[in-house]
Amino acid sequence: MNIHEYQAKELMAKFGVAVPKGKPAFTADEAYAAAQQLGVSRFVVKAQIHAGGRGKGGGVKLVNSPEEVREVAGKLIGMTLVTHQTGAEGKIVKKVYIEEAGVIEKELYLGMIIDRTTRQIVVMASTEGGMEIEEVALKTPEKIIKEFIDPVAGLQDFYGRNVAYKLGLSGDLIGKFVKFVKALYRMFLELDCSLMEINPLVLTKDGNIFALDAKINFDDNALFRHKDIEALRDINEEDAKELDAKAHGLSYVSLTGNIGCMVNGAGLAMSTMDIIKFYGGEPANFLDVGGGASKEQVTHAFKIILSDEKVKGILVNIFGGIMKCDVIAAGVIAAAREVNIQVPLVVRLEGTNVELGKKMLGESGLNIIAASDMADAAEKVVKAVRGAI
Amino acid sequence: MSIFVNKNTKVLVQGITGKDGMFHTLQCRDYGTKIVGGVTPGKGGTNVEGIPVFNTVKDAVSSTGANASMIFVPPPFAADAIMEAVDAGIELVVCITEGIPTLDMLKVSAYLKGKKTRLIGPNCPGIITPGEAKLGIMPAKIHNPGKVGIISRSGTLTYEAVYQLTVLGLGQSTAIGIGGDPIIGTNFIDALEAFNNDPKTEAIIMIGEIGGTAEDDAARYIKKYVKKPVVAFIAGQTAPKGKRMGHAGAIITGGKTTAQDKIETLESVGIKVSKSPAEIGKTMYELLTKVKARAKKSTAGKAKKKSKSVKKKKTSPARKNNRKGKR
Repeated sequence: MNIHEYQAKELMAKFGVAVPKGKPAFTADEAYAAAQQLGVSRFVVKAQIHAGGRGKGGGVKLVNSPEEVREVAGKLIGMTLVTHQTGAEGKIVKKVYIEEAGVIEKELYLGMIIDRTTRQIVVMASTEGGMEIEEVALKTPEKIIKEFIDPVAGLQDFYGRNVAYKLGLSGDLIGKFVKFVKALYRMFLELDCSLMEINPLVLTKDGNIFALDAKINFDDNALFRHKDIEALRDINEEDAKELDAKAHGLSYVSLTGNIGCMVNGAGLAMSTMDIIKFYGGEPANFLDVGGGASKEQVTHAFKIILSDEKVKGILVNIFGGIMKCDVIAAGVIAAAREVNIQVPLVVRLEGTNVELGKKMLGESGLNIIAASDMADAAEKVVKAVRGAI
Repeated sequence: MSIFVNKNTKVLVQGITGKDGMFHTLQCRDYGTKIVGGVTPGKGGTNVEGIPVFNTVKDAVSSTGANASMIFVPPPFAADAIMEAVDAGIELVVCITEGIPTLDMLKVSAYLKGKKTRLIGPNCPGIITPGEAKLGIMPAKIHNPGKVGIISRSGTLTYEAVYQLTVLGLGQSTAIGIGGDPIIGTNFIDALEAFNNDPKTEAIIMIGEIGGTAEDDAARYIKKYVKKPVVAFIAGQTAPKGKRMGHAGAIITGGKTTAQDKIETLESVGIKVSKSPAEIGKTMYELLTKVKARAKKSTAGKAKKKSKSVKKKKTSPARKNNRKGKR
């Protein structure tokens, strides 16, 4: 799960991580009031969307008075911001964050993530702050500093010093950096984060260190013990179909093609997308109905697929293990009765209770194209969609 | 032979009284797995269809002599259940539970260091040695005893590969789902090593997916140590970037976590990669046919150099099985 920069900074402040003073605003007037309350002379107005690259996209402005804050905020709120992470359609800005602008001496990068190979949390840092860190990693991997944190010992001071000296810090800044990174680590653990990125981490002319931008992702599996974090979810930033699917215990991701897919299991769902592409088609979505979906869940999954206007054909690919093929068949039939299916439907069933499932579909009177295996199914749906266009 | 589990494995089920736990326990028992007991705190002294239930894993182990455990405990309590099994000296823990917090698994994996326990999973279908034992939720009847070992990060895609092999008459020595979570116990390399050392396994199928670097690490390992034919498949060739992974996730691996990157790495060390998920079995079948033809040729050629060829026979299960012919 993602949250906004302003929410991340509010959480960080609670954990004692140094952040600039700031306030969120939903309107130009609120922005003006926020600027006056901050009582400083220079401000940054930042569009709040769940995507990086806002600065380059024109979503971050530096201004010198509350009046200017009002003007800039008025322009940002309601605009469609396009960055390298939003896709071409961009995202509508619903709120802005007004922040005190400091005098920056240097910009650094600091990140924290769980490393799968070593099964440890790793602290990453770089002197190339403000840049796109993937590019730094790709072009100059030697500029990425890594410290792997022993999970039993936790983030001891020496880890922080190791990073600080490699970043070229000295004097008071060493202690300040260690304090900063330790607070961040405590937050990572206590809030079950999966990723933290401070880019840039800035050093100011007056010898301070703080997070100018912040990105935090949370482990979805741990949200059950963080109701307060779950409450920060901004549904405007998420795909409506994906949220709907999630509420029904389904895993759905929107894609750009025209073949709707319903599959059980993430690996099989991904490879069903692959095989559609292999036969020259484009999947409209990833949809995993999971291991033990009920008839109602299957029906709902079908409705989600059909609510996508791009969908010109549907492929159901089920390898029943725990999931029984007759349950899938019942769900498909129920959905087809509720929603009038106008597009070709290809079904491939295999595994538990396959005969019963096939029989039910056969007797349903639905116009179903039966497929013998995965390849056959993909070929048939791609052909059917071509015919339909 | 097989890896990690066989007909002598004595299995406990943690979370046996839950709906899923009970259902799959009975399925496994029907398959012939030696289920010796179950554990649910508070339900000790009861039984599930004749299987005794204990309050703690320690009690269960001392009463039954169990050496393996299968876990169906819900996510908030699953890490605790794994560590309880480790503490009780269980040799093999198979954790089926999906949705365990990643930080809980970091704790588990730190706890596992230096212990003798092998963990499979979590968030996996489990492990099966066809005809001997099933510790998991996979549909039993698509499996057949055979010579191909399967290691996979995905559940239903494993079934797909298993079924293809069965239809082609190859069967499986052991099939393991290692799980799709970021932090797992047994990884590709652990399973590859075991399959490489298992005389009954003639060839290996490895099914990976996008994210992480497990497949790259496996590729390096295979190049260095694995003498048996390997077929791989990587799911997610059309998956959109950044949908699940954040920026820093891409950094740590140098950004090489797409299916295409992985396929290139695997192919660069000579591993045969099936491009279509529908052709994993077929790719293996063709590769084995080729390997056998080559083995036959070289046997004929080396017949004159007697000592060498005798020595090689012992270490080459491919040829041993070839003589026996297909079942």
